[in-house]
Amino acid sequence: MTNQGIGQPVRRKEDFRFITGQGHYTDDINRPGQLYAYFLRSPHAFAKIKSISTDAARKMPGVVAIYTGKDVAADKVGGLICGWTVKDKKGEPHKAPRHDIIAIDHVRHVGDQVAVVIGRSLGEARDAAEAIEVDYDVLTPVVDVVNALKPGAPEVHADAPGNLCYDWDFGDKAATEAAFAKAAHVTKIDLVNNRLSPNPMEPRSAIGEYEPGTDNTTVYTTSQNPHVIRLILCAFVFGLPEHKVRVIAPDVGGGFGSKIFNYAEETVCVWAARKLKKPVKWTSDRTEAFLTDAHGRDHVTHAELAMDKDGKFLGFRVDTKANMGAYLSTFASAVPTYLYALLLAGQYTTPAIYAEVKAVFTNTTPVDAYRGAGRPEATYVVERIVEAAARELKMDPAELRRRNFVPDNAFPYQTPVACVYDSGQYAKALDEALKMADYNGFKQRKAEAAKKGKLRGIGLCAYIEACGIAPSAVVGSLGAGVGLWESAQIRFNATGSVFVHTGSHSHGQGHETTFAQIVSDRLGVPLESVEVVHGDTALVPMGMGTYGSRSLAVGGSAIMRAADKIIDKGKKIAAHLMEASVDDVAYDKGVFSVKGTDKQVPMAQIAFTAYVPHNYPADLEPGLEASAFYDPANFTFPAGVHVAEVEIDSATGVTRVANWVAVDDFGKVINPMIVEGQVHGGIAQGIGQALLEGVVYDPKSGQLLTASFNDYCMPRADDLPSYKVGMIETPCPHNPLGVKGCGEAGAIAAPAALMNAITDALGTEKINMPATPQNVWNVIQSQNLAAAAE
Amino acid sequence: MTISVTINVNGQPETRDVEPRTLLVQFLREHLQLTGTHVGCDTSQCGACVVHVDGKSVKACTILAAQAQGAKVTTIEGLAQDGKLHPMQEAFREHHALQCGFCTPGMIMSAVDLAQRHPNPNEETVRHELEGNLCRCTGYHNIVKAVMAGAQAMRG
Repeated sequence: MTNQGIGQPVRRKEDFRFITGQGHYTDDINRPGQLYAYFLRSPHAFAKIKSISTDAARKMPGVVAIYTGKDVAADKVGGLICGWTVKDKKGEPHKAPRHDIIAIDHVRHVGDQVAVVIGRSLGEARDAAEAIEVDYDVLTPVVDVVNALKPGAPEVHADAPGNLCYDWDFGDKAATEAAFAKAAHVTKIDLVNNRLSPNPMEPRSAIGEYEPGTDNTTVYTTSQNPHVIRLILCAFVFGLPEHKVRVIAPDVGGGFGSKIFNYAEETVCVWAARKLKKPVKWTSDRTEAFLTDAHGRDHVTHAELAMDKDGKFLGFRVDTKANMGAYLSTFASAVPTYLYALLLAGQYTTPAIYAEVKAVFTNTTPVDAYRGAGRPEATYVVERIVEAAARELKMDPAELRRRNFVPDNAFPYQTPVACVYDSGQYAKALDEALKMADYNGFKQRKAEAAKKGKLRGIGLCAYIEACGIAPSAVVGSLGAGVGLWESAQIRFNATGSVFVHTGSHSHGQGHETTFAQIVSDRLGVPLESVEVVHGDTALVPMGMGTYGSRSLAVGGSAIMRAADKIIDKGKKIAAHLMEASVDDVAYDKGVFSVKGTDKQVPMAQIAFTAYVPHNYPADLEPGLEASAFYDPANFTFPAGVHVAEVEIDSATGVTRVANWVAVDDFGKVINPMIVEGQVHGGIAQGIGQALLEGVVYDPKSGQLLTASFNDYCMPRADDLPSYKVGMIETPCPHNPLGVKGCGEAGAIAAPAALMNAITDALGTEKINMPATPQNVWNVIQSQNLAAAAE
Repeated sequence: MTISVTINVNGQPETRDVEPRTLLVQFLREHLQLTGTHVGCDTSQCGACVVHVDGKSVKACTILAAQAQGAKVTTIEGLAQDGKLHPMQEAFREHHALQCGFCTPGMIMSAVDLAQRHPNPNEETVRHELEGNLCRCTGYHNIVKAVMAGAQAMRG
């Protein structure tokens, strides 16, 4: 048992089906008699739809139906909603213009749905879509936040004047201004957080199915949170009762946030299936994914940091413009506000912070949460300006950080931006990271690189994130339309094996193993006898799903609560079997015993007795199962330090990541193998953002220029280094496992660490992500020109 | 219009009448229900659909089923023999070289071909050779470890 429990690098239970090609992803599922949906999408970024003619297309072979926005409207289907209402500076709710599942009068980004063809085969549906004639009145689009806010800019929505979704602020403006007034030094920086496409390897897919005999609707969909999708579809889009709709998110091939949201395509599949009384299936191709999966980031920020003469931070002010895209996606409004400004204290004791955020509509794909969601953007601003400040002050960046860290004895620590950090050892993580990175040896490595004509740089990032966003009452007061608790159910079978039903959802995170380890450890059941069930609203209790690195801290805690209930009931059964008082029964690792005696009963016997209750307490219900819901008392605050070291070829502008060190504090670790894997993946996405990736729209036409893997540079094996990952452990004090969350840390920390290394190598802050060879080369050339002119 | 295509898939001759435009990956997934071979893009970039055609790794989205007429195709479902996992499959599990599992079949099929051509690959070779297989979850760190370990196990 000991090699399977908490803290062990147990090999994953889910892997066998994946390495043998027996996973069941949505597109692997086919329903009898299913039809195929193909969407005709707007080729224009902004246009008025004058007319749509489907006459010729309807006569094409295999066409079952063609629907436009007018057909949807005739059925009084609701639009897609935003589930988090942000109130602006004046207390007014944000602008959330109507988002139809098929456009009715205007298309607002390239890829907007214009019509759907339902065909007997995908090929026939696609052929027919080409025969649909749409007459557009093409309008001038606007794709970036700076231009969208200019007077006279094209307005994406008539009911969002000036393209403004909200003008929001947070923090103490007066205190921050006072801090700047007494500053000995102010560092300023302008940053662009580049727009990214999440690109989970599995494209989105959905099947809608309707059974007239029972009036039941089933939705198979690539979702991180099937219950949330059911709630939105039932309560907001269709007005269907929740007990007649089942949402199944089977194996899901990665999400990174992009599969949290309710999308038009799954919604259309459900609507069309109910209309046609046949299953309707849609699977995205990769170009559709680029056009329609919610993008991430896309901030333009100016920030200023006020310090005293010793480099102690006095005040921090941030002005950010955040691109929302053409419509407000499911949780888009929360990302540049509550998931962003609340993290602007970083790991530091900055006493006064003020942030202003304008969220802006443009003729681009909607932007929403992507791995880290707001926290990478906050960390990027904080850690870039801290590094820049150190350079201006000619101080070691590590020392400047150390001077401003929240000290170990200050927890719980109230920041000026609402968070109460629960625990941490920031200096310890920094020391460990610097040691692992041989920080002191850097100067010599830089000198050696210079001999080879290479520019070597080193960069730090001391990040903090907030995971397991909760409690529900707090997020509700901030505008969330949902609670952020999690559910768990533990069901013993008579022969001692166990089902664990969780409301969170695994799409790569390894819950089937980690959660089984928790149950195995706590209830003394062999790991192979624990089956974790998730992803089906008919099988698991209402749950909130997986995002924001919440599954273990919130869902795992719910499992612990359910396990406690099992143990409590088990004690009553054990007391009866051992003819003892319940108060005298002790429990440890699957064994009930009578204190001070050698009497004991194993968990398996308790389970059997519960289901075959021949010798059983008279006042106790049979059966051994327990449900629990867990609503955390606070966020968790994972933190750590990443150190990036790069070598730049000044002739080509190519940046090679020479070394990467991550030291993270995730609290208690259940499975270190899985946690390290999460860190690796996060770093890769962060390096991708900093070096390679970036969504590009043509500023004039609004065309998406990066709509395939040929044009959007995904990190490949030969772009990336191996990583050195270390951990320190400061248990979270407010959840029963002491865990914090690890899923996003790498993506949060990596961009700032890498850009700090690149700016160190180049000797200028003036380079934006992605630091492609072309961008780097241009910076080097302009520096050479400037040097030559002197 | 349909054409008849016969391909030996995982040791079994399979004949189907298909549209001429049918890709090999569609033949496998839609006509044979071998859904372990995945489709992750439409530009032959991601490698989720890699299978072996006459022993060499091929992106099954890149060729028509008709072009594989008479060929011997091995998919991820055919890699394990007599109920025993292939050493590369074992290595992927042992080294936590997969998370969501979507890229995994193509990654393993590419890795097997790689190891056949480079029986003792170093990290640089593995990274270079896997350039045609995208993974969004693992950051490749553990995949690289697994491929080197799998290649070693294949050497026996």
